[in-house]
Amino acid sequence: MSGEVVMSAVVPVHPHPLLAAEQNKGWKNLASAYEELRQRIIASGAETLVIYSTTWASIIGHQLINDPNPNWTLVDDDFHDLGSMPYDFPVDVEFANTWNDANEKRGLTSRCINYFGFPIDVGSVVAVSLLNPDNRIPVSIVSSNVYSNRAETIVLAKSCLDAIEKTGRKVAVICAMSLSNRMFTEPIEPKDDHIHSLKDDEWNRKILEFLGQGRLEDVAQLSRQIHSQVRVQKVVSFKPMWFLSGVNGQNNNLIGEVLAYEPLHGAGGAVVHLLPDPNRTGDKEYDEDNVEYYPGDRDVLDNDGKAQDEDGENSDSQDSGEAESAEGIVAGKDAGLIFSDSAPKPVGAYPHARKVGDLLYLSGVGPRQAGSDEIPGGATKNGSGQSQEYDIKAQTRACIENVKTILEAAGSSLDKAQDITVFLIDMERDFSGYNEVYSEYFTAIGATRTTLAITALPTPIAVEMKVIALS
Amino acid sequence: MGDGKIVAAALAPHPPHLVYAENPPQNEPVSECGWENLRWAYERMRANLDQLDYDVIVILSPHWQTYIGTHFLGLEKFKSLSVDPVFPNLFRYHYDIDVDVELARAIHDEAAAEGLAVKMMENPDFRVDYGTITSCHLTRPQWDKPIVCISSNRSRQYYSVEVMQEMTAQLGRATARAIEKSGKRAVVLASNSLSHRHFVTESDVPEDMSKEHISSHHLYLWDMKMIELLRSGRTKEAHDLMPEFTEQAMSETDGGGLTWLLAALDYPKYEAIVHGYGTIIGTGNAIIEWPCHAQEERE
Repeated sequence: MSGEVVMSAVVPVHPHPLLAAEQNKGWKNLASAYEELRQRIIASGAETLVIYSTTWASIIGHQLINDPNPNWTLVDDDFHDLGSMPYDFPVDVEFANTWNDANEKRGLTSRCINYFGFPIDVGSVVAVSLLNPDNRIPVSIVSSNVYSNRAETIVLAKSCLDAIEKTGRKVAVICAMSLSNRMFTEPIEPKDDHIHSLKDDEWNRKILEFLGQGRLEDVAQLSRQIHSQVRVQKVVSFKPMWFLSGVNGQNNNLIGEVLAYEPLHGAGGAVVHLLPDPNRTGDKEYDEDNVEYYPGDRDVLDNDGKAQDEDGENSDSQDSGEAESAEGIVAGKDAGLIFSDSAPKPVGAYPHARKVGDLLYLSGVGPRQAGSDEIPGGATKNGSGQSQEYDIKAQTRACIENVKTILEAAGSSLDKAQDITVFLIDMERDFSGYNEVYSEYFTAIGATRTTLAITALPTPIAVEMKVIALS
Repeated sequence: MGDGKIVAAALAPHPPHLVYAENPPQNEPVSECGWENLRWAYERMRANLDQLDYDVIVILSPHWQTYIGTHFLGLEKFKSLSVDPVFPNLFRYHYDIDVDVELARAIHDEAAAEGLAVKMMENPDFRVDYGTITSCHLTRPQWDKPIVCISSNRSRQYYSVEVMQEMTAQLGRATARAIEKSGKRAVVLASNSLSHRHFVTESDVPEDMSKEHISSHHLYLWDMKMIELLRSGRTKEAHDLMPEFTEQAMSETDGGGLTWLLAALDYPKYEAIVHGYGTIIGTGNAIIEWPCHAQEERE
């Protein structure tokens, strides 16, 4: 299938353009911009509206609405005197379910929500009401996790792209969010509305200048600074730019247009239209990781996966995450991703192993020791990058022991190894020693083997093994 | 009119898990059990309150979050379905609530006279927050007392915890005065937990108690420090420590409930009754009663 993000947009979360547009010129201007955006969505051929709303906060991972027809009457907690907001709209259930599966495969905690009366948040309701009043396009709404960081949010965006690809949907992505979100803390007359402070206004205009130039990733990389400058300490920080940039490939290759920018009880509200432009090559700064899956970083649910130190006390692991079970399989078991505290920490975005059907595919395994990163037999290079003597037998033995550890963490064992590829950085020097140790372990097992000479490995080691085993 | 009084007050946290575990007819999901230490603590508090004659429950919940001052439910009846936005699998509760609008407006007016920003909520479609419903259910499941429901003014997020302290303490004093003038006997509830760092995953069986523990030891230490101050009558110290506690323990006291309650009680120096402490999905929760009536009798 050939799904794609056909357009993106930023819209405000407050109900004023929906409920009280006539009371203030700026609110009416925003309502008109919503209408313009609505027409552009129709023209884009979008088949699904994806909404990421900062007013839907979640704690247990991310939540996706898969109720086929949410309907209720919403009243805003603060602006209840502006009126009620009845809603009744269609949800793209297949898309939500596919996105949920993709989230789990990428290591995210995720669940679908299908309960009558579930409170759809105000940002989503305003967006759906003004952008899709005739229910022409089904919707998919995702929550904003209060604890999620950039990596988790970027991975959420990539899961969304997975779902777009798998379903073949043409998708318009809407971020319901404020720019500066400091409101006045006392009631004001509608005619007196203005941005809360000059500083907030200046930051808002800077953000919009970037977005107007299609520099979405640049805004995303400024998210933390923007949050500290013009956002109050709400639980959801300025994350939507990470999400929006994520679904657009984390680049600046967009055509942006600011349709409106107005105050909403002091907060900054804007309607922005963003179109992908494959012909652009906008400059950008890659100063943060481009993460592919989320292994977790909190370790707060249970201690089952913790290693024991020499005193028998639990010790924390940086890389295993809270989702790891005693068996070494991370949350989202369908993903089959395997991590082990007892194996050396991966040097990139990959698991120690992945279970597919009855087979276990191990990532390349070297001799580094879990926790310390020490290399038995010595490193191939010293700290200055100069070559030095090392013991290939000790490295090979450590390498095989690490393979054994990972296989056992996945519920398998060394004797179930089926096919082994070995990488040596110096075949002439090391083959004999490596082969001797190898034979101690594998003669009776009889796995097939291929040994290759390569120029280098990512860390100063001399040998690495890639293993396929029965689970 | 006059001679109204607060006959009892309580820190009455609102985790929907406790209602879920109890299986009341109003709640749709069904559980096997769970969080008994806290549920039995609530039972002990209920038994105490059942001995009292009171007219109204006054509650401040952190889950009606308002940014433009403090709001009050301003209609006599609210009847609907409450679905927890975070734990919809646990809490889908059919509520039928009577509101003491007269007292609500009296507190509103007292607070306004103090210069606080206040507003009555009079939209009949408004859905009452699940924190209010949970704490009220666990305190008085018969639902035979009207309530006054006060929103949580999130001034902490706009200014600082210290500003929140001042504003909600002022609201607490206004609440006490309004109750006194009303001639009514009130039970006052602060609906908040203590430390508030959640787990971000949920067990397949939510009531699997083998998974339940505090998120981290330092949060436990903070909870114990705060509880010790409250139970030993050192509530002014607790008030003074609140900003640091709120920030260090990521505490739900950021909503102002406990500050408001202590101010309404004029910082009691007598011992509070700690009915129980336990964790819920990693957060620290204590059920603590201030038996104001008993103190009055002793005096």
